[in-house]
Amino acid sequence: MVGAACAWYAARAGLDVRVVDRGPVAGGTTGAGEGNLLVSDKEPGPELDLALLSARLWAQLGDELGTAFEYEPKGGLVVAATPDALTALHAFADGQRSAGVVADPVRADQLPSLEPHLATGQAGGVFYPQDAQVMPALAAAHLLRASGARLHTGRTVTGVLRTADGTVAGVRTDRGDLHAPAVVNAAGTWGGDLAALAGVRLPVLPRRGFVLVTEPLPRTVRHKVYAADYVADVASDSAALRTSPVVEGTAAGPVLIGASRERVGFDRSLSLAAVRALAAGAIGLFPFLERVRALRTYAGFRPYLPDHLPAIGPDPRAPGLFHACGHEGAGIGLAVGTGQLIAQRLTGKTPELDLTPFRPERFESCEEHETSGDSEDFKDHDTDGGDTP
Amino acid sequence: MSERAHLAVVGAGPAGLAGALAAAARGVRVTLVDAAEQAGGQFYRQPARALGARRPEALHHQWRTWERLRDGIDRHLTAGRVTHLTGHHVWCVQREPDSFTVHALRGPAQEEGVTVRADAVLLATGGYERVLPFPGWTLPGVVTAGGAQAMLKGGLVLPGRTVVVAGTGPLLLPVATGLAAAGARVAALVESAGPGALLRRAPALAAEPGKLAEGAWYAGRLLRHGVRTLSRHTVVEAHGTDRLEAVTVAALARDGRTRPGSARRIPCDTLAVGHGMLPHTDLAETLGCTLTGTAVRVDEEQRTDVPGVWAAGESTGIGGAALALAEGHIAGRSIAARLYGAVPDPRSWAAAARARARQRAFFAALDPVYAPPAGWADRITDDTVVCRCEEVTAGQVRTAAGPLGAGDLRTVKLLTRAGMGWCQGRVCAPAVAGLTGCPLTPGRRPFARPVPLGVLAELPDA
Repeated sequence: MVGAACAWYAARAGLDVRVVDRGPVAGGTTGAGEGNLLVSDKEPGPELDLALLSARLWAQLGDELGTAFEYEPKGGLVVAATPDALTALHAFADGQRSAGVVADPVRADQLPSLEPHLATGQAGGVFYPQDAQVMPALAAAHLLRASGARLHTGRTVTGVLRTADGTVAGVRTDRGDLHAPAVVNAAGTWGGDLAALAGVRLPVLPRRGFVLVTEPLPRTVRHKVYAADYVADVASDSAALRTSPVVEGTAAGPVLIGASRERVGFDRSLSLAAVRALAAGAIGLFPFLERVRALRTYAGFRPYLPDHLPAIGPDPRAPGLFHACGHEGAGIGLAVGTGQLIAQRLTGKTPELDLTPFRPERFESCEEHETSGDSEDFKDHDTDGGDTP
Repeated sequence: MSERAHLAVVGAGPAGLAGALAAAARGVRVTLVDAAEQAGGQFYRQPARALGARRPEALHHQWRTWERLRDGIDRHLTAGRVTHLTGHHVWCVQREPDSFTVHALRGPAQEEGVTVRADAVLLATGGYERVLPFPGWTLPGVVTAGGAQAMLKGGLVLPGRTVVVAGTGPLLLPVATGLAAAGARVAALVESAGPGALLRRAPALAAEPGKLAEGAWYAGRLLRHGVRTLSRHTVVEAHGTDRLEAVTVAALARDGRTRPGSARRIPCDTLAVGHGMLPHTDLAETLGCTLTGTAVRVDEEQRTDVPGVWAAGESTGIGGAALALAEGHIAGRSIAARLYGAVPDPRSWAAAARARARQRAFFAALDPVYAPPAGWADRITDDTVVCRCEEVTAGQVRTAAGPLGAGDLRTVKLLTRAGMGWCQGRVCAPAVAGLTGCPLTPGRRPFARPVPLGVLAELPDA
């Protein structure tokens, strides 16, 4: 998705773009994503700024191509089960409002009008009209197609070409070289591998998530609904399994239930513990789900960087190399803002957001600290690197 | 171990029953978990007891073998060595540090969760029918060949009065004869393979004289019922407004295209169609067993590469009931030895191993004969629905694989929803593969069947 967005904005800026992927379109984390375009779960800071920029761009794309990828500006509803949780949620929303987020408090007695099937007894909530949703694989495929970029799927990048002075000059692939003055690393969870081919370090690691998909239902869940503790889980640094339910209906009918988070490397095997927690959490929010059937579940690997911010922008260690990866669980939402910023930087314009917090080389100084605990993940990565989901 | 070792067998068809029998006879406690109300699987499907069938054997081949199996299992059931959980639909088998948990659903709507713990698992999950789409295939009155057979064997009912049996594969013969014997008018048996293709493989096939005799027996029955066999023919379209009224069949040229001018219309109210079988591998795949192509990979003892998990029957490759019996028997013996810490002696199952080798060779020779005819996918019009659950047309699938850049079944699914519905792609995956040129890879289905969220939420601790 991030690569497709970079291609779209770069092509629109007048550049000749080629997109290379060792798998098919949307074969990695994009294909396992729910398509959340969220501002509601982000605290004020650079990620929220990027989310707000992306929300505006998604709305524009929605006007242009939206029906092709099920763009739905349906809004998110965050509910708090207890008065304490509600107080914390309100404080969180106050901060977000000062950063430009629309966040409308919802009293407990107003909740049923927003979500008639929500469990009773909630303390209250906050409604975020800027939250939206797309079908991510369709979004990636249609943006790529509409961009006019040349697509090389099933082609693996095996090296990064450098000139004598170290400048990046394209990529080597298993089916020949592609020459280009700029290379954008949008390899998602595998972005660290691609960076390594250019001789630079980018500590992208996988954080596994399971999603449950139910049988198709008539529209019973109207918004993206989640419990207030989801925000704490997103921001958490824990390697252990954390789940907080995010429940949403889709245009196609099934209800999607996310989102577990655990750091287990690239282990795709089914975790019934994660699935159980997701199901229990979803039933807690929407009791009618108890009798609804899950048709499938799947795992995806969120690409995260140690400070939970993506890497966006040029890499001074390898002139000509740009990074656009490491968006963790927000890659679909943040993709378009990322693509826009990359395109602006590629064409010599001043990016409309300050890229300093996203500098790809920001982990250089703390290398010792970062690698120690995460070596297991890298080991998994190497052995399972060929298994693009 | 202080208690007797415990084996869970998933599936009570020929492979599962043979495995249960062999293991139980050697001191293993067996729990047989099966979705049906009675043992037998598809091959030995029994009429519902309430129907009071007097001669169910009239619909079956090899009834004696079935009686021996059934009586053997009955003795173990009475002695308490085998427990048979009927009406249990297994949705997942999970590997624990020292054991396995079989997760099943039971109850009229499969809404109640049940778990069975075991020291070892035999996956005897069988196969399912491959049906390739063609214009009109979604009309009421078009059924699968196996579905027609199941109605006949299990419900003693005919799917219709005038039937065309079509497609390819060894299943079509018994389906056509069964329907004719039960009183249906079988207007034609339409087989896309030609008789010449069978002859070219004669040496391999002749090594299994019993099978050829079986084929000749069915052919004789067809003649007696006056059933017309159209070899190297295919159904190109099914016609009807509210339901099936007729089919158009056409002769196939060597290159797989239909011969111009050969199309003819055959009135019928039922079309029973099938294009061979595919193995059920969902449980094995989720357990982490390696698959070869679309089948579970097993060794000489029928062991998968996941310790404690054996597989037998159609799940390891389509080969019919006789092969399933041999594989199940070997698996049961191997399990009994291994569960008690012994290394089994393959000489003890030499006869079964010979039968297994012969049957595998026979079906390996048959496989290319009964492959879908070349060019079948080109005959699917763009407006033909390919994925019935999600109502995805062939045109949408072609667009996904072409301009949208999908290169595998999973991506086609993501871009079109083909395979996202109730059947999770079991029906449409072969068609999507054919339409797009993507290899037919087994889908990843952690839930082998839909599971109520309430059951998931109440799962016991591992």
